[in-house]
Parts: sequence; structure tokens; C-alpha cells
Amino acid sequence: MLLSLWRAGYAQQTAAPAYEKRKLQVAEVNLVSSYYEQGGKNSAVTGGIGSEYLRDYAQSFDLVLKSTDRRNREHTVVFDFNLDHYTSASSDQIDPLTVSSASRSDTHIYPAISWNVRDDVRRVTKGISLAYSTEYDYKSYGVNLNFSKLSADNNREVSLKAGAFFDTWTVILPAELRPEGYGSGAHGDRDPVDHKPRNSYNLGLSVSQVINKRLQAFFTVEPAFQQGLLSTPFHRMYFNDGSETVERLPGSRLKLPVGLRLHYFLGDRFIVRTFYRYYIDNWGMKAHTVNLELPIKVTSFVSLSPFYRYSNQTAVRYFAPYGEHKPTDRYYTSDYDISGFHSQFFGMGIRLAPPGGLLGIGHWQSVELRYGRYNRSAGMGMQANSLTLLAKFK
Amino acid sequence: MINQTKTAALLVVALAGTALTGCVSVKEYQKSRINDADMELSARKSEKFEQNFYLYREGAAGANGGKSGGGCGCN
Repeated sequence: MLLSLWRAGYAQQTAAPAYEKRKLQVAEVNLVSSYYEQGGKNSAVTGGIGSEYLRDYAQSFDLVLKSTDRRNREHTVVFDFNLDHYTSASSDQIDPLTVSSASRSDTHIYPAISWNVRDDVRRVTKGISLAYSTEYDYKSYGVNLNFSKLSADNNREVSLKAGAFFDTWTVILPAELRPEGYGSGAHGDRDPVDHKPRNSYNLGLSVSQVINKRLQAFFTVEPAFQQGLLSTPFHRMYFNDGSETVERLPGSRLKLPVGLRLHYFLGDRFIVRTFYRYYIDNWGMKAHTVNLELPIKVTSFVSLSPFYRYSNQTAVRYFAPYGEHKPTDRYYTSDYDISGFHSQFFGMGIRLAPPGGLLGIGHWQSVELRYGRYNRSAGMGMQANSLTLLAKFK
Repeated sequence: MINQTKTAALLVVALAGTALTGCVSVKEYQKSRINDADMELSARKSEKFEQNFYLYREGAAGANGGKSGGGCGCN
């Protein structure tokens, strides 16, 4: 199907007279498949103890279409379809008495569509994107606007973006904490459950700069404000007196991440990709993240990319391990994802991009396989493996 | 380890500052290396799902092309 789509676009591009080049044509197709598996024994569903074992299979398909209008502006439309299917040992503990609860496995579907218009005369790009996301207990509608201006020498670009997500939680509570008459949230259960909003507003200001023939940089500031139900309704909490409730967190959160990227082409075969992020929020978390990747061009169509990522974060002020919060605390969580820890992610990618295309298919531009191992120090420690396959058609 | 990270961060910022003061105007025909696919100033497409698991497994987010809040039941 993809090939026929591409061939249709290619036929227009090659056989049509000049004025028909304005039509929307397939410019690029990307297929991404991923497998992720994690261990760990600090699940928040069981109050900071219990299995975190999870497996996730993810698929992504994006289709990039381009056209040029009468004013010579380039229009780019991207359809992005994503699907995750996961099985989770901890989610199965929301209702441990059922043989197989509704939340044991789930499918997360999140399509998005974006439209950008680039005006080379004014050196301006404007765009809008719409996003939707659905999983068993969570729905989201998102909108993003973006604007960027390129300098006269095409070496610097300043970009602004603004976005909002309007999300809704279905409040599924742990089985033993449901009030009389409160539903389980399972299909077929007619008892009602609550629905709570979570809204997020994001801004972004970024500057990219070509510094010389081998070096370029990118700096970005992306404040985000969230309000609504920011806790996860089925995360259990055990106090130091043995009593139990669900996690409770403030109704708003302000986040401020600042990122810097520097990419350097070293000699003829090496590229050094560096990224640093500083993050701070009003829940008391501070984090530093450093990423280093070293693509090596082994031949003209084979490259290897070893990478290493290190991150550390301080705990939010509302975190305490299992059984350590007092019942008099105003806010409380035993979710180790927002505890203090450091993490490392390292691995290797390999990309093949033969000049004539892969397997004799001229438009199959490249294939990339990437494996990474993740270790996190929180609690009793957590390990994960990630494997990704990307196929690009152009 | 935290001190090492802060030192690394300061080095990156210092390097960026030094580099930015040394900007030169690069012509289009001189950008063969700058335009290489591996030089693109964003996370790779193959990192898409890795960024998703960071969103769930870590508290910090944003400033790397992924989400900085909203759109999922994550941190």
C-alpha cells in the first residue's frame, strides 16, 4: 500500500507538467516499531512495593505530504499514527481479586495531524497541529501552534510554539478503596465512576544557530503549566500507622525545562551529538540530563551510533517510600518515578542507507535498528531494555 | 555523581557560549556537513518511543522535542 502511495506521488512528480507540481505529493514515510520491557519492584499501584514488570509493543506510522501553492509557499502535512499495546503486572493489582482485570493490558492510540506553511520569501514558517490520545482510562485532545523566522543568511532560526492539552481521567480506584456503589470502570459494570480533568498549557521559545561549517547549536526554553487531577487515581498509599488511601498531589504544577543541543561534524566520519537539559518545577524537583551520541560513518551507507544518556533528579517534596508518610500530611505519594534517583541509558544504533535503496526498492531510503539498556537507581532499582526499528521511505 | 553532572552541564554551557561568540556566516554551498541527516538539531525519529518511556519513568520532561506535559497519564 505504501509503495503504491509513493509511486502515485512519484508519477505526478516526474510525468506531470510544471503547474501540476503544486499538487500534494508523498515526500516521506516513516515506520517505527519498538519493543520495551522493564523490571523493578517499586510499583506505585501497590504503594511503592510490588512488581513493576511491564512489556510494551509500539508502532508508529507517519506520512509526510508536500505541495507548493501559487505564491510559492511550501505546504507540509504530516499524518502521524501511533499505537502502544502494553501488559503491566502492577496495573493488574488495581483489582487483584479479579482473574484478569480490565487494566492488566491496554492499548494506547494517539494520532496527530500537522500542517505547516513555509514562505521562503519572508523566511517564515507557520503551523498548527491537532492531537488525540485514548487509552482505557485516559483521553486527551491537544492543539499546538508554531511560528518560526529564519535569518537572511539562513544560519539562524527563532521559533515560538504554544500548545494546550485537554485531558480527562476516568477515576479507577483500587478495589478495596471504592465507596459503596462506586464502579470498577470495567466494561459491563453499570455502577458510575468519576471523570476528572487535567489540562496542560505549554510554551516554547527556541533558537537554532549555524556556528561554522561543522558546528551548530540549538537552545530552547519550554515552560509548561498543568492543572486538574495530577495524581494517578489507582496509586495506593500506606501511611506509617498502617492505614491506606490513594495518592494525593497538588492540583497544579509549573515546569521549566531548558535544553541545549550542540552537534559537531568531526573530520569526515564522526559526528558528535550532545544534549543537556536542566529542569526545575514547583513541586521541588530539579533534574540534569546529559546525552551524548557519536554517529560513525563506517562506509558511505552504513553508520553506527553508540549513545549514552545520564540523568539525575531530586524527589518531589510529596514523596516518601512505603509506610513512611504520616496521615496528617497534606499531599503524599510513593511513586518512585518522581522520587530522587539517577538513571543511565546506553546502547547502539546501526543505520543502513544504500544509494539504490534497500532490497532493490528505490524509495526505501534507510533502515535503522537501535537497542538500549536503561538502569534506574530508585528504590530497589529498575532495569529496562528497548529495541527500535525505523524504516524510512523517501 | 550530581557534582559531575553539574560540571558537565557547565562545560556544555561554556562551550556553547564560546561557540556562539565565534559564529561565522556559512553559505549554502558550504553546508554539506551541516545538512547531514545525523546533524539535524532534534532528537532522532528512532528515539520517539525512548522519549515516551522517559515521560513515564522520570519526573523531568520537555526541551527535547517530546512532550513537556499533557497528552498522556504520565508525569
